[in-house]
Amino acid sequence: MKHLLAIEQLSREEIEAILDRAESFAEVGRRDIKKVPTLRGRTVVTLFYESSTRTSSSFELAAKRLSADLVSVKAAGSSVDKGESLKDTVATLSAYDPAAIVIRHPYAGAAQMVAGWTTAAVVNAGDGKHEHPSQALLDVYTLRRRLGKLDGVRIWIVGDVLHSRVARSNLIAFQRMGAEVTVCGPPTLIPRGIEELGCEVSHSLERLGEAEVVYALRMQQERMSESFVPSLREYAATFQIDTRKLNPRQLLMHPGPVNRGVELSGEAIDSPQSLIAEQVAAGLVVRMAILYELLAGAERPLPTGEGEGAGRPTPIGQPA
Amino acid sequence: MSLTDNLDVRPGEDANLILRRATVLDPVAGIDGVHDVVVRDGEIAELAAPGEGGADGAEIVEAEGLHAFPAFFDPHVHLRTPGHEHKEDVETGSRAAAAGGYCGIIAMANTEPPVSTAADVTALREQARAGASVPVGFLATVTRGMRGEDLTEMVELREAGALGFSDDGLPIVSARVMRRALQYQRLCGGTIALHEEDPELSGAGVMHEGPVSAGLGLAGVPSVSESTMIARDAALAAYEQARIHVQHLSAAESVEVVRAAKAAGVKISAEASPHHLCLTDEEVRSLDPHRFKMNPPLRRESDRQALIEALRDGTIECIATDHAPHQTEEKDVPFEQAAMGVTGLETAFAALHTKLVMPGTIELPLLVERLAGGAAPFGLERPSLAPGSEANVALCDLGAEWTVGEDGYESRSRNSWCAGETLTGRVLVTVAAGQVAFRLRSFSLGVAP
Repeated sequence: MKHLLAIEQLSREEIEAILDRAESFAEVGRRDIKKVPTLRGRTVVTLFYESSTRTSSSFELAAKRLSADLVSVKAAGSSVDKGESLKDTVATLSAYDPAAIVIRHPYAGAAQMVAGWTTAAVVNAGDGKHEHPSQALLDVYTLRRRLGKLDGVRIWIVGDVLHSRVARSNLIAFQRMGAEVTVCGPPTLIPRGIEELGCEVSHSLERLGEAEVVYALRMQQERMSESFVPSLREYAATFQIDTRKLNPRQLLMHPGPVNRGVELSGEAIDSPQSLIAEQVAAGLVVRMAILYELLAGAERPLPTGEGEGAGRPTPIGQPA
Repeated sequence: MSLTDNLDVRPGEDANLILRRATVLDPVAGIDGVHDVVVRDGEIAELAAPGEGGADGAEIVEAEGLHAFPAFFDPHVHLRTPGHEHKEDVETGSRAAAAGGYCGIIAMANTEPPVSTAADVTALREQARAGASVPVGFLATVTRGMRGEDLTEMVELREAGALGFSDDGLPIVSARVMRRALQYQRLCGGTIALHEEDPELSGAGVMHEGPVSAGLGLAGVPSVSESTMIARDAALAAYEQARIHVQHLSAAESVEVVRAAKAAGVKISAEASPHHLCLTDEEVRSLDPHRFKMNPPLRRESDRQALIEALRDGTIECIATDHAPHQTEEKDVPFEQAAMGVTGLETAFAALHTKLVMPGTIELPLLVERLAGGAAPFGLERPSLAPGSEANVALCDLGAEWTVGEDGYESRSRNSWCAGETLTGRVLVTVAAGQVAFRLRSFSLGVAP
C-alpha cells in the first residue's frame, strides 16, 4: 500500500492488517512511555483545507507518537489565502521531502491528485463528500473490538447520507468486512442510485430494531435553507435516535461532532450502549497504524521494547 | 445558401488535385465506389474511372485504399476569442478543425465579452478572413451579454453576418425571454441554438446524477434538468412556429422529447457530441477532470444507447464536437473545481470510427452523413462530393493507428477526451471551400502515417 486514498481501494485483508497493527499500538498506549521510534528522522505533513478537531489532532498525535517530525499546515492563514493552487502548495511542501502528506480538502479526488504530484505517501483525511477512509477504519476497529467480527452484522447508517463522506466510506468498509448495511434518511438526503452500492434503503426508522449497530450522521444546520428538510424540528421528530427507539442490545455510533438533540438525543449519547468515546480513542491508534503501514509496514516489525530508543534503532544520518 | 456565403476563411489558392483511386463515399449524393476524384479550381470537376482522371498539371495524390468523404461540418465549437485567446483563437481552432477533416465550423458566442453586437461579429469575421484555415461562421448571443434578460439587436446582428443565435454555455432561463426571441426570429431569421438545462435542477452538479455520483459523493445533474427545458422550448417553438436547434443532447429523456416534437411537426433539430456517443459516467470514477468533466455530463449506458438510436433514426441529425478548449491550470485541480469541457475537433472522426464503426455499432455511411449533418440546421448547403460542388473533401486512412496527443495538438489546448488513446482512422488531407486546408505531415512527405 503506497497511499491511503479511499476505502474503495482496500481489500478486506488490507483493512484487517491495519486493524491488527492498531491493536498492537493500543498495547503501546497502555505503557507509561507511549512513544516509539519507528518514524524518527522522517517528516509527516498534515495539510488541512477544512476545519477539523479530531481528525487533525489524532493524525498529529499519531505522527508524534511514532517520533516523526511534524509540519501542520492549515489553509487559513497560509499561502492558500494568497491564491496558491493545491498543486503549487504540494510542490512547496514536497520540497521538504516528507514521508507522508495527510490531506483534508473540500473537494472529491484532491488526495488522489496530490498523490500524482508528490513522492510522499498520501493519506486522505477527507476529500469533499467522497471518502474519509481513516474514519471508516477506526469505526470498523471499534466495532471489531466490541463484536469480534462484522460478518453478518446488520448496521443502519441514519441521517444525511447525501452530504456525508463518512457514510460513503463506512458503507463500503462495513460491507467489505461482511456486514449488511441499510442507509436511512429522508428521500431528499439519500443519493439517487445508492442501492447499487449494495445497501438497502429505508426512509423510516420503523424497522430500526433489526439493526445491531446504529450509526447516526451529523445533520448540518444549513441543509434547511436548501430545502432538504422543512425544519430541524421535523427532522428530529422523524429521524432522531433516542433511547425509546433504541433497544438496549443495540450499539450506537456517531463520527462527531454531534448535534445534541438533533440526530441524537442527549440520553442516547450518554447511554452505555454509545461507542462515541471509544471511536475517538480508536482514532489515535488506527491513525498510528495507517502511518506505520504506509511508511514502515513492509520494512520492519513493530518495535517490542519499552519506550523511546528501544526496539530496532533507526541509524542516525540514514534515511529510515 | 452555399457554405462560404456567410462563413469566412483566409483566401488562398484554389485546389487542383487528383485523388487517384480513392474509395469515394457520399451517402447523401448516392456515391459509393472507387474513383479518381478530380478537383479543378476548387471544384469537384468529375469522379473519373480509377486511373483515368486527367492530370492537367494538377497534383496527384495516390489514394488507393484511402477513403474520400464529404468533409465534415461542426455546428458547435468554442474558439474562445475574444477574451480567452490563451485557450484558443480563430487561427488555432480552425487549424484543429482542418486536421479533423472539417470544412466548416460554427463558433459559439460565449466569449468575454460575449458576441452581442454587430461590431463584435464584424471583427470576428475579419479575423476569420485573415487567419481561418477552414470557413468559420459565428453565432451571436440571444440575450445581451448572455444575461438572459434583454434580446440582442438580432436584425442588425444578422445583417452583420451572424449565422444564428445562441447563449450556449448557459440556458435561457426565462420562458418569457425565450418566447420573445422565438417571436422576433420571424423578423430576422437565423436558427436559435439552445443549451438546455434548468439551473434549478442542475444546482451545483458536476456529473450525471446516478449510482456513480452517489458512490463518489459528487453533486449530480439529473437527466430531467435537460429534458424538461427541451420540452418547454419545443412547446414554445411550436406555439411561435419558430426554428430551434437543440445542442449537445445527452439523456434518453431528451431524445424522447425531441422525437415527439419532430413527430408533432415542430421545427427542431438536434446534435450529439462524440464524447456522449462514446463514453458514460463510469469514466468519472477516475475523477479525471481533463478528459471527463463537461456540461452536459457523461450519462448512463442506457442514455448513450438512446443517443446512438437517435443518430440512426435521424432524431439527431448531426454530430457536433462542442470543442471546448481549456488550459491545463484550469483542469489540474480537483474534479469539482475544474473547468467544464473537452476538445474534440481533431479526434471526432477517429474516435467515432474506432469506438462505434469498428465494433459494428453503426455503419460507416451513417457516420459520414451525420458528421456533415451540421450545416443544414443553420440553413447551409451540406458538403457534397457530387461533381459541380465546391470541393470539400476529407481524405482518410481507415487503417491508420495513432496515439492522440503524441505529436501535440493543432488546438492551443490539450484537454482532449481521447488524450493518450490509440485510435484507428486518420484524416490525411482536408480540402475546405476549394482550398487545401490540411495535410498530415507524414503523409505529404510520402511516409506511411
